[in-house]
Amino acid sequence: MVTVTINVNGEKRTASVPPETTLLRLLRDDFNLTGSKLGCDVGDCGACTVIVDGKAVNSCLMLAAQADGRDVLTIEGLATMDRLHPIQKAFEKYASLQCGFCGPGVIMSAKALLDENPDPTVQEIRDALGGNLCRCTGYVKMIEAIQDAARILRDEPVEINR
Amino acid sequence: MTIPARFTEPADTTVEAPPKAKRKAAVRREVGRSIPRLESHAKVDGSAEYIYHLRLPGMLQGKICRSTVPHGRIVRIDASAALAIEGVHAVITGEDIRTLIPDPYYGPAFHDQPILAIGKVRYVGEPVAVVLAADLHVAEEAADQVVVEYEPLEPVFDEVAATKPGAPIIHDSLRPAGMFPDLQYLKGRSGTNVALDARVLHGDVEKGFAEADQVFENVFRSRKVVHATFEPTVSLAELNGSNGLTIHTSSQSPSYVRAEVSRLLGWPENRVRVRTAFLGGSFGAKLYIKLEALVAACALLVRKPVRIGLTMEEEFYTITKHGATVRIKTGMAKDGRIVAREVETWWNGGAYADIGPRVSQKSGFTAAGPYDIENVSLINYAVYTNDPPAGALRGFGISQIVWAYECQNDIIARSLGIDPLEFRRRNILHDGRPHATGTIMTNAEIDEVLDRLSDRMHWDVLFDHGSGPVRRGRGLAIGFKACIAPTTSVAVVNVYGDGSCCVSCSTVDMGQGSDTAMAQIAAETLGISTETVRVIHPDTDVTPYDMATLGSRSTYHMGNAVRLAAEDARAQLLRIAAATLQTDIEELEYRDGAVISRSGARMTMRGLMLARFGMQAGTVIGMGTFTPPYTKPDPRTGQSPQITPYWMLAGAAAEIEVDTETGRIRVTKLVNVGDVGCAINPAIAKRQLNGAGTMQLGFTLFEEMRFNEGQVINASLADYKIPGMLDVPEDLSAELVEFPHEHGPFGAKGVGETGMFSVSPAIANALCDAIGVRIMELPLTPERVLRAIRESENRPLESE
Repeated sequence: MVTVTINVNGEKRTASVPPETTLLRLLRDDFNLTGSKLGCDVGDCGACTVIVDGKAVNSCLMLAAQADGRDVLTIEGLATMDRLHPIQKAFEKYASLQCGFCGPGVIMSAKALLDENPDPTVQEIRDALGGNLCRCTGYVKMIEAIQDAARILRDEPVEINR
Repeated sequence: MTIPARFTEPADTTVEAPPKAKRKAAVRREVGRSIPRLESHAKVDGSAEYIYHLRLPGMLQGKICRSTVPHGRIVRIDASAALAIEGVHAVITGEDIRTLIPDPYYGPAFHDQPILAIGKVRYVGEPVAVVLAADLHVAEEAADQVVVEYEPLEPVFDEVAATKPGAPIIHDSLRPAGMFPDLQYLKGRSGTNVALDARVLHGDVEKGFAEADQVFENVFRSRKVVHATFEPTVSLAELNGSNGLTIHTSSQSPSYVRAEVSRLLGWPENRVRVRTAFLGGSFGAKLYIKLEALVAACALLVRKPVRIGLTMEEEFYTITKHGATVRIKTGMAKDGRIVAREVETWWNGGAYADIGPRVSQKSGFTAAGPYDIENVSLINYAVYTNDPPAGALRGFGISQIVWAYECQNDIIARSLGIDPLEFRRRNILHDGRPHATGTIMTNAEIDEVLDRLSDRMHWDVLFDHGSGPVRRGRGLAIGFKACIAPTTSVAVVNVYGDGSCCVSCSTVDMGQGSDTAMAQIAAETLGISTETVRVIHPDTDVTPYDMATLGSRSTYHMGNAVRLAAEDARAQLLRIAAATLQTDIEELEYRDGAVISRSGARMTMRGLMLARFGMQAGTVIGMGTFTPPYTKPDPRTGQSPQITPYWMLAGAAAEIEVDTETGRIRVTKLVNVGDVGCAINPAIAKRQLNGAGTMQLGFTLFEEMRFNEGQVINASLADYKIPGMLDVPEDLSAELVEFPHEHGPFGAKGVGETGMFSVSPAIANALCDAIGVRIMELPLTPERVLRAIRESENRPLESE
């Protein structure tokens, strides 16, 4: 067993887990953060995307122990009690999701993209989210929502105090 | 590169003009609004409920040990090494299941599939044993330690070869399930791999060919593909008191699961409770029995809650789309009219029938296309092979059939020198004319679909095919489907003491937006706002029977049941008010939680409850049941005056670029047009068309399960690519054709599958338009395209 302490959504949390435990399983099974989804569990679908120290990662491909001492942001940390993040709002407004299972991963990838590049072109969005698969939608409304959220965030940036 | 503005849809609050209704022309407030899904907040903040998240106190996790041979007898199963691993609670085999369920075979068409293999395995990946442990990792490790020895039998994989004399027989005998009324004609059989041969005979096809000026004959094939839903298939079972069982499952058919698990256990249905939540995609993968019977049996054997969730790899070994071989022969008159068509289709159903016979028969009877043809013969064989089982995948076989007739129609049109659009116009099956089954076409807007395609593609404008290594082409195709019949939906609408309302129904929201559509229908009927309606998710202890969420049937069937239930509740409220106000019901209207009379009198919900219950609390329950009429087809000729409640018409058109040096196709424009009757929620309906179009784009360009002796060699999303953001055409659009169906709820028909039908032939026809090369087999991979190009240039590539 290894002891892992991560700063998840601004809260320091510790768990003792078998060494093969992935960050995704740690978040879901030990911390009950089921917003990050397990789809393929081998890094192909992107449904498990979270942000570790500012970078979008497939949490199913990162060992929990590798995240020790680092900052992890999940979908649960994006909204406050009474307010969705502008990306989430845009996804709601554009009805970008259907079954919704890929949604948290897509939104976290979009967040990481917009943190680095506040005004991405459509091609840059497609490149950045090429690893976030969706079986339902056809993606177009996701791209529009990300563009819309980018506009809003450029006017009024949102600080997440994590 | 930009996304064109034409994709934008009406703002979310727009009230679209009501379509040309044949009913009373009330102004609609709720139906026709493009409101966001009711659950959209929960889906963007990560809190939406999926069964995959569920953990039960004290539960065991199961890992399935699967067959490694495609066809063989089980000589022995040795679980001793697995049981020796610390933390393993039990290893369950087919013989263990038999101690609980003496006849553990299930299936919606035939009782052919054992809960765990008994005596024999019929495909690589068939469940043979289950290891149960509190820790999933322990169960996974132990599953690898279960030793199974097989005596191999000769396998057969090809659907045509499996029907030939001397082919290995996969099932010794077949027992029809007798559950669904549309499958009552299935017969017990033995000594054959053909589970069903379904025929439609119309006119005299031999005479038609004899009189034809020209006859065309081609064979088209589709390979097996997979649903690849993102929420893995998952089921949990727990004991419920001393004699009951609760199954939590990612299922599209909770009512069926209750009935089938009860039948297996020999229990009354009221002892089995089945509940679902949102499904993370489904597309037909999560129908009938998948893991439910297995977790139920395990939970009863070990007297603990049991959960089994599949990995993405296991999904490839659970259910697939049918591969199909379609031989299509068409007789033409000089004037470009089709005079005879004969279609023979072999459906590769894999090792267990699942719903294959329905796929074969239902898609099969549309195999001549939406065309007016005097002489038709259609034969469909549902065939067992040693592949993983095939079932429903968004269209029940329609796209395999449309692939054949729409590719061939282009071949014929080009050969006769007729524009492909004009060729279709000349042969359309118009309303009022008999389809090959004898059913008269009604409410089928195929002309309008063609007109919209033509407009969107600027079909009459000369098209630039390019020069140099990258060539351009455009193509179109149309297709249709008959909605399944006969089926029933039942709904309950509950109006509470404060006027708020819940809809109870067993329709499963798997991403298609059914919760929102049902809420809109209830809200429209009750004169309240959609956002205030809550839809209760399927729980067979609470929600009434529904056949299943499949085949684009829910909006029409459950929509009608919800409308009837809401009308019933409204009528009860009006009766209460009429008695109290001593006025005629006709004088009254229910709206926004109050009854208002023409004379201006008003009764609030408080008053209605006081009048009915003597206090301010209570419930008014409305019920609605909907079963559309249906006439069983003649088993010999397939003739029926009423084969379906409605037809779904679809068209797609594509512009593509093809790199003649690499064979790679890039779809630059994809238009999908669907005849939806009336859209309950236009934005959601369009997203269904675009989502389906994108899925079929994957099936057209690159998705293909690859096998080696029955083993899937690309069973992961790394090796089996589905469309990503980079694959979506720059110009992807959808258009709704809205003429209200006379019996649909507010004129609506189904739409979930419509966008799948025509995409593949539209792209293949565009390929032929670009470079004159015709490919008869899906998918159109760069390799297949390049081989065809080199073949046409008489300098073929070396074979593999």
